[in-house]
Amino acid sequence: MNVLEAKNINKFFRGAVDFQALKNINFSIKKGEFTSIMGKSGCGKSTLLYILSTMDTDYEGELYINEEKITGKTSNELAYIRNKHIGFVFQFHYLLPEFSILENVMLPAKKLGEKSLQEIEHDAIEKLKLLHIDDQALKLASQISGGQKQRVAIARALINNPTIIMGDEPTGNLDSHNADNVFNIFEELCHEQKLSLLIVTHDKEFADKTDRIIEMGDGMIIRQ
Amino acid sequence: MNWFLVILTISKTHLLSRIKQTMVAALGVTFGIGAFIILMSFMSGLNGLLDGLILNRTPHIHIYNEIKPNTKQPIHFFDELSANLNVVHSIKPKQTQLKIHNAQPILNYLKSDPKVKAVLPQVKSQVFYVAGSTELNGVVTGIKAKDESTFFNFNEYIVGGTPDNLENNMNGILLGIGAAKKMSLKIGDRVQLATVKGEIIPLKIVGFFQSGLAEVDNVQSYVNIKTAQRLLGESTSFLTDINIKLFNIEDAIPMAKAISKQFNLTAIDINTANAQFETGTSVRNLITYAVSIALLIVAGFGIYNILNMMIYEKMNDIAILKATGFSGFDVKLIFISQAVIIGFVGGVFGLILGYIVSTIISYLPFETEALPTIKTFPVNFEITYYIIGIVFAMVSTFIAGYLPARKAQDIDPVEIIRGQ
Repeated sequence: MNVLEAKNINKFFRGAVDFQALKNINFSIKKGEFTSIMGKSGCGKSTLLYILSTMDTDYEGELYINEEKITGKTSNELAYIRNKHIGFVFQFHYLLPEFSILENVMLPAKKLGEKSLQEIEHDAIEKLKLLHIDDQALKLASQISGGQKQRVAIARALINNPTIIMGDEPTGNLDSHNADNVFNIFEELCHEQKLSLLIVTHDKEFADKTDRIIEMGDGMIIRQ
Repeated sequence: MNWFLVILTISKTHLLSRIKQTMVAALGVTFGIGAFIILMSFMSGLNGLLDGLILNRTPHIHIYNEIKPNTKQPIHFFDELSANLNVVHSIKPKQTQLKIHNAQPILNYLKSDPKVKAVLPQVKSQVFYVAGSTELNGVVTGIKAKDESTFFNFNEYIVGGTPDNLENNMNGILLGIGAAKKMSLKIGDRVQLATVKGEIIPLKIVGFFQSGLAEVDNVQSYVNIKTAQRLLGESTSFLTDINIKLFNIEDAIPMAKAISKQFNLTAIDINTANAQFETGTSVRNLITYAVSIALLIVAGFGIYNILNMMIYEKMNDIAILKATGFSGFDVKLIFISQAVIIGFVGGVFGLILGYIVSTIISYLPFETEALPTIKTFPVNFEITYYIIGIVFAMVSTFIAGYLPARKAQDIDPVEIIRGQ
């Protein structure tokens, strides 16, 4: 089963001179696949990720998540899809600094509103344990180190048991020790929980360890 | 898990983590609403007092028998000259009595009208106050003192006595305070009244009457209605004036017209008698509202400013909320709810501040000749102003918060995340 499928995706940056950022992107990701997107800066890999993540809706072509067509849905429906089916990890950690670690992890589940507060809290602590950071749960997000923040961000991405986890250079801002740590967590999630992962990176070492590499150049897929 | 509660939790955390900014914004509302409450309570208290001066003292309809020349002179009955301009020189009124004819049936008729709250008969008479060798010109009005107090706040103008003193004492008089000073009379002293017919009757002073108008206080005195009738040597059916208080003041004009037509008497309604008083009230209200709204607009700009800055600071948070599944509407609601919470908290404190200051004002001394019974500033503690105040606080902060919140709704998370 394809958890994510892109059909003929084209993206233009409009301006005095139109610039085509993505040209005829076609690919799909199966359940439980650990995929990385490689490419040089400016090749359009982040642009592609934001389209796949449903945050950018200004494109041509069709996008499917769980074999359901996403293209053309309203922004509220897209927000729901992001909430339920997609987990995000960014290069910068993007936690809400005034909230505790636990609150940060719980927020997307509270928004989804499918479980009671006790269940959400229990789940959040489980996810934090999975990432070995449960001892920091009550600290404020602004009080922990970068590596820890990234692990919290991963825990937050996992809280609603999403179909796919997307990462935009999640190790780009970490030292090699923490980067290895994050990779190991991803691999564990992929193999043990059959989670699909799509990670944009230009760290060759990181990409080589993944199941599948999609290489991009000048807005096109060169190799997959 | 209630979705709205999640939004509120986020707002609360935002507000509490910037407690100083929040407090400054809320204080703006507090002072705005506080000033509104103080202004409204104080101004409407004064308005009520000034209106009361006229409305409480003046009967809604005043009926009396005016002596005037007949407008229909004999020549007007002569049809052949009706097209001409007829001039009759030196018209004089007919010799007639001041009393209202058939007063008792008219009283009964008026009392049975469902629109009428109270009907009060009076007997007015010219007299001289005799003190030693001096004679002072005066007017004595015979009244039913208890009813006058109930319906026309007569008791507010009595110094050193009560309406009961007059009601129960056939030989008592409430002497005008100006006349009393001239004759250096005290309560308990006797004053002699000489009527136009030449009779002299001694009366005991049971209190003073003080209206605040020196000209009135120098001549006007009040006695029991039966005393006045006796003074004039008339029977108990003799009445010169009838005052009517209505349930609804709007009925005064048509009813006055109907009465003067039906009984061939002069009936003056309150609007004709005091046409200017409503103008003053509405202008004062207008000024109060204008000043209050100006204050609240200033507070609103403060909130707008602070929320605008907050949204620039919170760009990252907004992007992350949107990326993790919060919709633009949710984000808008987060900021609007912050504004409304500031408005509500600031507003409630404003009401408290307004109440405290109004209470202090209501204890400040305020003495005026016009109102002998009023010792402190009049303050109106009407609940309506408090409701208007809190509603206004929340509406104005909602508007102030809506514009920045809409900006937050439209923020594109991709731009923020890429911009790093």
